[in-house]
Amino acid sequence: MVGNKNKVLKLSTAGSVDDGKSTLIGRILYDTHSLTDDKLEAIERSSKQKGYDYLDFSLATDGLVAEREQGITIDVAHIYFSTPNRSYIIADTPGHVEYTRNMVTGTSTSQVSIILIDARKGVIEQTKRHFFINNLLRTKEIVVAVNKMDLIDFNQEKYNAIVEDFKLLISGSDYQNQNITFIPVSALHGDNVVDKSENLAWFKGSTMMEHLENIRLEDIQEEAKARFQVQTVIRPKTEEFHDFRGYAGKLKGGELKVGDDVTVLPSGRKTQIKTISFFDQQYLSASKGSSITITLMDDVNVSRGDLIVKSAELPKESKTIMAKICWMDNKPLEAASTYFLQHGVKLVKSKVKSINHKISTDTTGATEKVSQLNMNDLGLVEIQLAQPIHFDAYDENKGNGAFILVDTKSNTTAGVGFIL
Amino acid sequence: MNEKVINNPLEDEAIYICREVAGQFDKPVILFSGGKDSITLVRLAQKAFYPAKIPFPLLHIDTGHNFPETIEFRDQLVKELDLELHVHYVQDNIDAGNVQEESGKYASRNMLQTDSLLQAIEKHGFDACIGGARRDEEKARAKERVFSVRDDFGQWDEKNQRPEVFDMLNGRIDFGQNVRVFPISNWTELDVWSYIQQEKMEIPSIYFAHKRKVFERDGMIWSAHDEYVFREDDELVVEKIVRFRTVGDMSCTAAVESLAFDIDKVVEEIAASSISERGARIDDKRSEAAMEKRKQQGYF
Repeated sequence: MVGNKNKVLKLSTAGSVDDGKSTLIGRILYDTHSLTDDKLEAIERSSKQKGYDYLDFSLATDGLVAEREQGITIDVAHIYFSTPNRSYIIADTPGHVEYTRNMVTGTSTSQVSIILIDARKGVIEQTKRHFFINNLLRTKEIVVAVNKMDLIDFNQEKYNAIVEDFKLLISGSDYQNQNITFIPVSALHGDNVVDKSENLAWFKGSTMMEHLENIRLEDIQEEAKARFQVQTVIRPKTEEFHDFRGYAGKLKGGELKVGDDVTVLPSGRKTQIKTISFFDQQYLSASKGSSITITLMDDVNVSRGDLIVKSAELPKESKTIMAKICWMDNKPLEAASTYFLQHGVKLVKSKVKSINHKISTDTTGATEKVSQLNMNDLGLVEIQLAQPIHFDAYDENKGNGAFILVDTKSNTTAGVGFIL
Repeated sequence: MNEKVINNPLEDEAIYICREVAGQFDKPVILFSGGKDSITLVRLAQKAFYPAKIPFPLLHIDTGHNFPETIEFRDQLVKELDLELHVHYVQDNIDAGNVQEESGKYASRNMLQTDSLLQAIEKHGFDACIGGARRDEEKARAKERVFSVRDDFGQWDEKNQRPEVFDMLNGRIDFGQNVRVFPISNWTELDVWSYIQQEKMEIPSIYFAHKRKVFERDGMIWSAHDEYVFREDDELVVEKIVRFRTVGDMSCTAAVESLAFDIDKVVEEIAASSISERGARIDDKRSEAAMEKRKQQGYF
């Protein structure tokens, strides 16, 4: 829109409460002129009230009364800004271990993650956990912002040492195709966030915003097999569209074209794509991410939750799955407990067969035998389903390899799973 | 025939959300105020279900302080798209003694809408209410979910919101509960205007520059409509060329001086603007935590 029509980049930010993450975001908003006058006034007022002698940009991002008083960020906050190039959405999440689930949530909707390091502390337990989560979620593009460079005199040796430490984490990871970029910054004073700085003249790379602006979506989106899950069946039953029977949904993974040989699951019926439309226009093809309506050549029985795929690219089908689960509920996950498993839009009854082990999020790969998963724990779990689902391994197809577990009594989203 | 569907990620996402509502709920409704956000919602719903009709009715909580232009617009839209419209009047609640009208310089019926909304939900048995709220509007909305579960009293507990991982939406509720749905959560004010421009949508005339009798107070410009807007004798009425950037009730919405007579000019003006949209809403200025407090009470 206004030239940014197809260009939205979703970022997630993670850092410890003291790493200056909220300040970094506030600084980005300020330097890209995205802070409106009245918001700026509110920050100036608040900063003065608190007795700060600088502008506390973190005040621009904390949104709920309770946490503003505590001075830390809770939950996932969404912040919007844009440049002439495109629009950005930041999912700002807390850094502490008690909010691992929030970080998983925020990262799940993002295309780029910004991991923040306090230059005085270097790589700490929290950094490892953030890196680990981004690995788990297979985030393609990571920016490691080494912040508070002003507090270490913008020292190049110290910065390099931090980069080396972080690279040790990378070498041990099982996701080798990540793009990881290191950038030294000072969010408080603005060095290298949007504008280059004299203090960091030794750094030859781009500033953070320059780097973000240069990321091309086509480079970071995964190439996966087309998966079209039906959300709703459209039957106008009007004079004009008497026999029209369209299947509406969001196409994921890859492209679909008119004429493609497809299979409808779970029935297994084979047919071809007759038409692809978006609103009142028909198209020859649709790429991943489009919310479209398709019709099929044959009169096949299709309902909500069914999956339409290319016949030559069938997903896996099973009533038993192994998955890494991030637990999000107060009530622990225990073996033999039952939950609804929601795979995309399809809901099936499920039962936890076993909890194999808890997985450490410190990147060591350490595991621990446990009898339950508590909130924020990550574990390897085997689940039995009442009906089969049609899935891909998460690492091969993000859009078809994840699910959520819904508590049958409280209805809450209790956990998220990544299918192996 | 066109080659390939052009992706507009924000539009694709909003349509996906509307379709999820149809798939998960029995009696959804679109909360319609006649403002640009709810008009955009209706357009998105139209696109989501085409060539079928929008499968939801509209609900308008009429405070009685609406700009007449938005009422006209609402009726025209409903007729054009052949939609079912329910209107609940805050005045009825005031007359019945259920709620009390505010008085004084900053009196508005904004807070009173909540009761009427809750009553309407109960009367019709709506289980999902689709609204045009956006996260960029205001801090408390920045953390709102796309599917926001409310209890029997329409109340929102910020500590108990469901995680929304990937795009998976969990709308499971018990009888008596209700979900508020926000398909344009990720749209900014500029995104909405650009969409209106791109789609060549009709919107109420008050969004465009026009001559109006106004008066000034606290550095803001108010419509001189004595029936709904309280005015002191020493606040003189003058005629200015203004437009409304946001459309709440006449009693709590300020105008801005503007020469943006058409949509292209409006978009330009918004893009260059340095005051946020809700900066002109006195109901938010009352306290920084105003919105959060209202949501805790069941406000939309």
